[in-house]
Amino acid sequence: MSDIIELTLVELANKIKKKEISSKEVTTAYVDRSEKSKKLNTYITEDFENALKKADNFDKNPNYEKKLSGIPMAVKDLFCTKNLRTTAGSKILGNFIPTYESTVTENLWNAGAILLGKLNCDEFAMGSSNETSFFGNVQNPVGEDLVPGGSSGGSASALAAKLTPITIGTDTGGSIRQPASFTGTVGLKPTYGSCSRYGIVAFASSLDQAGPMTRDVKDCSLLFEVMSSYDYKDSTSVDFKRRNYLNDLNNSIKGKKIGIPKEYRVDDMPKEIEGLWQKGIDIIKESGAEIIDISLPNTNYALPTYYIVAPAEASSNLARYDGVKYGFRSKGENLIEMYEKTRSEGFGNEVKRRIMIGTYVLSSGYYDAYYLKAQKVRKLIKNDFDEVYKKVDAILTPSTPSSAFKIGEKTNDPVSMYLNDIFTVPINLAGLPAISIPAGLDSKGYPLGLQIIGKAFDEQNILNIAYSMEEQIDFKNEIKDWWM
Amino acid sequence: MGIDLKTVKHISKLSRISIDDEKAKKLEADLNSIFSFIEKLNELETQQVEPLSSIAETTLQLRKDEIKSTNIRDQILKNSPEESKDFFVVPKVVE
Repeated sequence: MSDIIELTLVELANKIKKKEISSKEVTTAYVDRSEKSKKLNTYITEDFENALKKADNFDKNPNYEKKLSGIPMAVKDLFCTKNLRTTAGSKILGNFIPTYESTVTENLWNAGAILLGKLNCDEFAMGSSNETSFFGNVQNPVGEDLVPGGSSGGSASALAAKLTPITIGTDTGGSIRQPASFTGTVGLKPTYGSCSRYGIVAFASSLDQAGPMTRDVKDCSLLFEVMSSYDYKDSTSVDFKRRNYLNDLNNSIKGKKIGIPKEYRVDDMPKEIEGLWQKGIDIIKESGAEIIDISLPNTNYALPTYYIVAPAEASSNLARYDGVKYGFRSKGENLIEMYEKTRSEGFGNEVKRRIMIGTYVLSSGYYDAYYLKAQKVRKLIKNDFDEVYKKVDAILTPSTPSSAFKIGEKTNDPVSMYLNDIFTVPINLAGLPAISIPAGLDSKGYPLGLQIIGKAFDEQNILNIAYSMEEQIDFKNEIKDWWM
Repeated sequence: MGIDLKTVKHISKLSRISIDDEKAKKLEADLNSIFSFIEKLNELETQQVEPLSSIAETTLQLRKDEIKSTNIRDQILKNSPEESKDFFVVPKVVE
């Protein structure tokens, strides 16, 4: 049984289809391991009993025609799941039981997947270390007292610790790619408009995208193919021709033009990351692709822009938490006091901070100076990418400026925490797809990732490049089960 | 440009989030450090730049204005903190 958890999604799916293993065996293996791994604090809500029942039902009445037939999986607790508590890592949604299903998770269940439970994340996906969750820190299986990254920290941790074969996250400024990098896993942030946002607890609507988190690029291609769909319930969903990303996966990147942006060589970048980036460049060259030096001149303005746009949208989105229609309510003498106490007690510090930043930049007298200015700079950042994509097919950068850090190390300095997303945020601002793949270990033995950024809706291309690089890198995650 | 304690309290009022004096002081420091980081944008000349309002450069699709869910009153009320006879209950608003 223990070798079941070593199989990738593609291997598992094939074995289930060939009746070499049952869904019940697979689900039992993951439930058992999850039960023994509570110390990692990856789950907010477990649904193991139902999962085992569903697996049993599948085996009794199997349908092998689907892409994820009989595959158990846990998902980030930002996706609304019908009749199963969905908290977004917040006290204010601590008892919220959705009466509807998010489109992305609906796509998973329609493809035959079975829900194991809901995974921990930063509160309302606001954080880079999973430390803002009302439900506590998540441990990174890579090492004790290390953060798994965030906001999809529970997802990354559960995936790396093999508590789920695959998982899904959301990425507003790096929330899939940074934790993937910190845990030695693969994470894809798709093009804005590719995966429906319907039923995902909203953070910053013009930036939020759901995406797959997996152990390798093949799994990523298959899971992305299942998640992505046109959806009339999300007015920003884009109706483009979706491909069979796994079937079309191709490791030949000969003749491709890959850009290296000079602005990503930030000051005080650790030598190891610089070295890893160079290793990635060499691998690409050896595969017959061409390396081209490029410039994205407004890169340095991406983080300040993000910290206006994202809080502004969040302050508006989170106005709905008023203690009236759902969620936590505190007592007050009158309506206004009830609102103020509910929101004060229901939200954590980081969420309150961002709501207040957002409220300020949208408030009378400051809108032009901050919000409008940020929207203009966002345009410049997008123009930078449009310009370089006339010359290159994709861009290669590091995923993060450091490897995983210790729990508590950055909690007192919001700006140093925000700097974690320096390489990932510009991509969300431009609405582009990007994938993080594990590229090596640093001297401490912690994983580091490389990011491949593509043109809009060109996921196949970055998956192909990632697939080609993955073969050459041959990354091995050296995780010992220290928490068991 | 600095954010003073009075502004912090004003924003807290606008945000409908009550904060005590101690928290307000901490927030004043945090917000000032974040806004000094944001001020970097002022280095850029953007007079002639069109603001980006939507990243997906498509025209929003029109749909028929028709009812898709009916009889979901129970579902809507299911998560309410307080309800009575098919209504959400809030503290008294009108004397």
